[in-house]
Amino acid sequence: MARNVSTRRKLVVTVVAWTVGILIFFPILWTFLTSFKTEAQAIASPPSLLFFDWTTENYHEVQSRSDYFKHFMNSVVVSFGSTLLGLVIAIPSAWAMAFAPTKRTKDVLMWMLSTKMMPPVGVLVPMYLMFRNTGLLDTRTGLVIVLTLINLPIIIWMLYTYFKEIPGEILEAARMDGASLSKEIIYVLTPMAIPGIASTLLLNIILAWNEAFWTLNLSAAKAAPLTAFIASYSSPEGLFYAKLSAASTMAIAPILILGWFSQKQLVRGLTFGAVK
Amino acid sequence: MATLHTRSAARLMIAPSVLLLLAWMIVPLAMTIYFSLLRYNLLMPGMEEFAGLSNYTYFLTDPAFFQAIFNTLAIVLGVLFITVVGGIALALLLDQPMFGQGIVRILVIAPFLIMPTVAALVWKNMFMNPVNGLFAWVAKLVGLQPYDFLANAPLVSIIIIVAWQWLPFATLILLTALQSLDEEQKEAAQMDGAGAWSRFFYLVLPHLSRAITVVILIQTIFLLSVFAEILVTTNGGPGTQSTNLTFLVYAQALLQFDVGGASAGGIIAVILANIVAFFLMRMIGKTLEA
Repeated sequence: MARNVSTRRKLVVTVVAWTVGILIFFPILWTFLTSFKTEAQAIASPPSLLFFDWTTENYHEVQSRSDYFKHFMNSVVVSFGSTLLGLVIAIPSAWAMAFAPTKRTKDVLMWMLSTKMMPPVGVLVPMYLMFRNTGLLDTRTGLVIVLTLINLPIIIWMLYTYFKEIPGEILEAARMDGASLSKEIIYVLTPMAIPGIASTLLLNIILAWNEAFWTLNLSAAKAAPLTAFIASYSSPEGLFYAKLSAASTMAIAPILILGWFSQKQLVRGLTFGAVK
Repeated sequence: MATLHTRSAARLMIAPSVLLLLAWMIVPLAMTIYFSLLRYNLLMPGMEEFAGLSNYTYFLTDPAFFQAIFNTLAIVLGVLFITVVGGIALALLLDQPMFGQGIVRILVIAPFLIMPTVAALVWKNMFMNPVNGLFAWVAKLVGLQPYDFLANAPLVSIIIIVAWQWLPFATLILLTALQSLDEEQKEAAQMDGAGAWSRFFYLVLPHLSRAITVVILIQTIFLLSVFAEILVTTNGGPGTQSTNLTFLVYAQALLQFDVGGASAGGIIAVILANIVAFFLMRMIGKTLEA
């Protein structure tokens, strides 16, 4: 009897949860479907969910009209560049704080995190002027620098919480066996730290890819990543729903896939280890 | 000796991060403070002069400023309310045994991974547009007049869009916290005759309180700076009806070219954020000790 009830309950929960899930996901699904319609079908009334003439024309058009690939590559360069640069700076710091903590380590960590609390508009004006005066405005280099700085605290924190979980005895054993500091890092620490580093990399690529304050304010036509490119659809001419959908689908697909693979790390990274 | 060697090496390894963040924190912020005391417009180069606190008095007596403060708070509180209440409900739902739980989770998380400009433009055009949007079609279907969301209720529309993006975040964190709740405790409460409601209020909710606090604080930090969603949907309008503090400073700086005024606004935003950050840091600091 009890089993029967629980199966029925499970079925009800399944139906409710799937309905809610699909409703929440619907705007994304709708964007995906619209990207394969013609512009006329995209605004047709009544709208059609699946039964329309599927076409990939929008994808070609977005590329040929506005050089989509350039902006896509800007996003790739800026998000990977800033994340990798951040990792290079952060790995030694996080390692040092995790394995050679001092009385001040906790304060340093907290202070680093506090830099993340500064609202970007607090420094918008000087950043804009400095970028303008040094020629960094609308360059990939400039965006990489800014995104590295804004994500550095998160990178250090994530790495720190992962490194903390590596047992220190193993490192001591390696040291006893005569491994030098550099060897210790390359041969002992790195292999054990790879999963943590990979998670950090993933989360930060997602954050950098979607960052939409600095990329919008510090880039124009040349270095604009996808966030800024898509924003140009806010004042369009003529029919554009299908093209907007095609551009959007390509912009969000890679990150959706990355994000789905790193759900657990998402929680950990975004709460600075406060919720695991 | 080894420890001494390690310690100086450690210091050397931490130095780059500390110096970079220190520079990032102090140099621009000091410049903002300096600019905020100047009469400085980019359209009139070479005319900079010391202006005392006049930028602040200008900003603090501007009606747009109070509207912006109100809008900022409305966005923060509105989105927090929707995402925390909705997040608890969704987390409880997703915690139940069901078929295809993993897939539902993936569907629910998705909006958080969408870049803000895409989310806002999709909602604006394909859903909220009074002529071609899906909502207009549904309204006509049931015999109602289509409603121009972004023109008539710009702030509420933006709150809906931003809440859609942040609901997954709250859900994911609350679900993670929920799953760490001891099953035996729930069973014990059930055996003792506690109903679903009392189990929720006396067992689940207290267990979630920490995670809820974390959600509220972290979201507040980000929600104080909502920008892209406003830029691509309403551009702060109509008038200043959907201008928040971040957008007001942006408009002052990059549309009016008023460096001094914008800097004063920026400093006010920093002070506001610091009040929130103070509580968040204490919260995270406690978990470091644990």
